[in-house]
Amino acid sequence: MTPSLPLAVLGVDWQVLVDAVGLGAVYAVMAVGIGLVFGVLRLVNFAYGQLIMAGAYALAFASQWNWPLWAAVVFCFGVVIALSLAMDRAVFRPLRTQSPAVMLVATFAVAFLLQSIALLAFGPLGKPASSLGYLNRPVTIGSVDIRKITIVAIVVAAVCLVAVVLLLERTRAGLHMRAASMDFRTARLLGVNANRVIGSAVLVSALLAAAVSVVLTVQNPLVTPDFALRDTIIVLAGVVVGGMNRLLSATLGGFAIGFVTGLLGGALPTDQSQYLPSFVFGLVILVLLIRPAGLFARGGTQVERV
Amino acid sequence: MSTEPAMLALEGIHVDYGGISAVRGLSLEVRRGEIVGLIGPNGAGKSTTLNAIMGLVPARAGEILLSGRSLRGRTPEKVAQSGVALVPEGRRIFAELSVEENLQLGLAGRRTRSGADEDIAAVHELFPIVEEFRRRPAGALSGGQQQQLAIARALVAAPDLLLLDEPSLGLSPTVVDIVFAALQAIRERGVTVLLVEQRAQRTVALADRTYVVANGELRLTLTPADAGDTEKMVAAYLS
Repeated sequence: MTPSLPLAVLGVDWQVLVDAVGLGAVYAVMAVGIGLVFGVLRLVNFAYGQLIMAGAYALAFASQWNWPLWAAVVFCFGVVIALSLAMDRAVFRPLRTQSPAVMLVATFAVAFLLQSIALLAFGPLGKPASSLGYLNRPVTIGSVDIRKITIVAIVVAAVCLVAVVLLLERTRAGLHMRAASMDFRTARLLGVNANRVIGSAVLVSALLAAAVSVVLTVQNPLVTPDFALRDTIIVLAGVVVGGMNRLLSATLGGFAIGFVTGLLGGALPTDQSQYLPSFVFGLVILVLLIRPAGLFARGGTQVERV
Repeated sequence: MSTEPAMLALEGIHVDYGGISAVRGLSLEVRRGEIVGLIGPNGAGKSTTLNAIMGLVPARAGEILLSGRSLRGRTPEKVAQSGVALVPEGRRIFAELSVEENLQLGLAGRRTRSGADEDIAAVHELFPIVEEFRRRPAGALSGGQQQQLAIARALVAAPDLLLLDEPSLGLSPTVVDIVFAALQAIRERGVTVLLVEQRAQRTVALADRTYVVANGELRLTLTPADAGDTEKMVAAYLS
């Protein structure tokens, strides 16, 4: 059974479509994690992927030590949160008043530092994280075989996104975060605590990174130092394509690029899968040429051109 | 004479801003319950003085005392939580948030949660449009309505001292009347006010005392009796 005609022409079946939605959902969660911190700090955290990598190693070690599943997941969340807060204290806060370019370069440095530490400490070969391996088995819905992890990914992403929306829209901390992302100076003048707002954004962003670690280690159980690096680069491109200035447009951008990556991955013949990033980034360039402010940015947004 | 320290005392403050010396040895005092005006030509250092009080720019020398306690070195949020609220120049409301959410943000500066509902009810009474349009995006309000919201947002913090930076800038004469009437009502509620303004005559008439600054220095102190003295007012600006 194939979906509507345009997708059928591409050779896409329902299974590919569901997998693409699953990948889009995971990338949307990563986009929210990156977008939340960008909102309050105007900082593109290139090291976000290394937080996910650290969570993945935590799961790999927990699996090696035969820890029960719940303990492995708690360990993963603990490691990601601790690393994220340490990153905030050691790098983000001291550089908060610097230009965005300085902060971006600093996160590059942090990313490569963490990757190198992982390489030295754990070696290049990778460690298996197998605690949740059973989620790779398929379930049959109608005539379509869907891996359990795809369903889990979609559910986890939906729960994460709804939780973030509720936090931002219904709580005082959320209101402070939204105000700070619009005009930090005025928010502080009103008494909004800068460190608390940044800390909250970093914490929520870390929780989302940990959730992504769990999902990605099921899909890719061999944890290496460059774990989630490619995903992060794609999500960063998606966030820019969607529109960096609003969390919603960044999230939609993350979902869209994940969905398209999944779709193209399914449509391309196996022997040509190495061309997948070229297709994805070709599309990114095309979208940015047509809508430089972002695909989902509000109309009328002006982009300065040289 | 009362021995109670002034609500706000600036003692010879020097503030550099954008590489120039914007405020030079400025001293002034605002006592509890007073409205004090601060007027002067553009670039006189009025806004920089307010920014220094709020901790947005550091004072290079001198002292800033709130009820006798130094504010120097405090972050803007700590100053706000010490009982000082600023209505910034250009209003700086959050256009994408609703009127109600803007007002809620003002609560961040409160020292205690208790009494917040009463204070919100009081600002609704003072500025009915803030209640009437509470669900609208603040960006959809007119300039005058946004100014009322900005003052209301500062008042719900229940400040001891309210700083206003040119609240009548760019407003129609009718709305300016509303703003000045509100300042009178705010004084009657016991809030101390330091008002930076361009409308010299109205400010001098309203305030207990008005300081005239130029080139970052204090030039003259005027009383309400001087408001009708056109020559003195012109001389103050040309000094």
